[in-house]
Amino acid sequence: MTQYMFMLFDDEKWFDDLDEQSWMEGMKLHADFTAAVEAAGAKITGGEALLRSSTATTVRNLQGAEPLVTDGPFIETKEALGGFYVVDCKDLDQALELAKKCPSTVIEVRPVMETGEGAGPPA
Amino acid sequence: MADAREVARLVDEAHREHWARVLAATVRLTRDLDLAEDCTQDAFVQALRTWPDGAPEKPAAWLTTVARRFALDRLRRETNLRRKLPMLIEEPGDDDEDQPADPLRLVFTCCHPALARESQVALTLRLMCGLTTREVAGGLLISESTAAARITRAKKKITAARIPYRIPSDAELPDRLDAVLTVVHLVYTAGHVAAGKDLTRAVLTGRALELARTLVRLMPREPEPQALLGLLLLTQARRDARVSDDGELVLLADQNRARWDLRLVHEGLARATQALQAAGPDGPGRFTLQAAIAGLHVTAPTWEATDWAKVVTMYDALLVRWPTPIVALNRAAAHSLVPGADLNRVLSELDELGGEPALASYSYLPATRADVLSRLGRAAEATAAYDEAIALTSNETERRFLNRRRASLQV
Repeated sequence: MTQYMFMLFDDEKWFDDLDEQSWMEGMKLHADFTAAVEAAGAKITGGEALLRSSTATTVRNLQGAEPLVTDGPFIETKEALGGFYVVDCKDLDQALELAKKCPSTVIEVRPVMETGEGAGPPA
Repeated sequence: MADAREVARLVDEAHREHWARVLAATVRLTRDLDLAEDCTQDAFVQALRTWPDGAPEKPAAWLTTVARRFALDRLRRETNLRRKLPMLIEEPGDDDEDQPADPLRLVFTCCHPALARESQVALTLRLMCGLTTREVAGGLLISESTAAARITRAKKKITAARIPYRIPSDAELPDRLDAVLTVVHLVYTAGHVAAGKDLTRAVLTGRALELARTLVRLMPREPEPQALLGLLLLTQARRDARVSDDGELVLLADQNRARWDLRLVHEGLARATQALQAAGPDGPGRFTLQAAIAGLHVTAPTWEATDWAKVVTMYDALLVRWPTPIVALNRAAAHSLVPGADLNRVLSELDELGGEPALASYSYLPATRADVLSRLGRAAEATAAYDEAIALTSNETERRFLNRRRASLQV
């Protein structure tokens, strides 16, 4: 099994009209996704939803200068990082199949680096 | 003791016919592409050394056994290899068997959607066709270092992202197979029309045809591989008529059909027909439709007598399966040739495509506009369109052809 991070990018319209009902709908979509992962024999080992990107503060550590603190996310794009999952999958094919069921417009799927005991530099 | 040249020829032939099969069988053992390639290469070198004393009756089996033996040796001796992240092999059982499906595992891995198309092509040429990095570079008109880097990155992605070495499930197969067929077709077209002076690069077209045949052999019930093979054969059949004795490009319209290879035509048509008949419940796939269109061209007694209305109907079906600007352009071009076609309407169809970024550097669009404009008697605009086309083509033979068409307008 290999761990992949799913980085969820989406426009932030959901936040604009947020109320009790759209909140429940969003949570249900993610509950459905969790069920799909389990049904596939994979496992979610981590993950969080994030507040909208305007709540972010970015710290940039610069060589030979004071760290720079700015208001907002690192990259300003139409689709912002909205959350992540860490999913233990059989292989990339399974990870991609699951990403297709993940409730987000864009998902970057990237393998997690092994850093536990006995790990070494990746190839 | 056999003649050295004869042995070299036998090994060369075995390389062309069996490289993928030997490599694929070795990958399953090594779980590492680089090691598998090394051992496969060594097996062919061994063949050159020992076959002068008697070539085996079954070269593929011999080569596979030898390559796998080299692999086992190295795996035992070089324990640091075990620390490298191994490829994911599904159903790893039967390690001593040469599984017929292995080349399919290999080609589906080469053409995995997680790899960029250009990486898929380079990897297929390297791993399925056994071309050297230099040959891959030459075939794709890129530098050797670019080719090497592209192949290395692709192999690293396969390992790091854990792309599994397997044949896709039935649910995945249509999309995955489409990618493989697209890559094989790209290999063929890379060889068929080359930028620069030469019109064909025989090595790539030959390899594409062999790949297509392998896919048909390994997936006999799938219609699309049949269709691709049919399409390639029908295109290949016209090779000798495509370039005149002076090395000039001859379009299908002007080709001497007597120079077509009838054997390839017949086989191509048989494959295309088979594919059409085997079409699934969703109707013919895009390669089946392309092969059918090629079939319509080839069975027409002359260019003028081609059933253009039927060709347009086929393109309409193809557009549903494959809604791209290039298909729309080809459809408009065919439409312009239907007897009694409203050329002004065709012109507006072409003009609509003018905004498509995908066609921005495609000389065929202005060339087609030029042809329609000239038939409408609008010579000045036709000349401008030919100029546009000439500026866009990177193929010398095509440029000479367009220049001649442009010059004929002045008459």
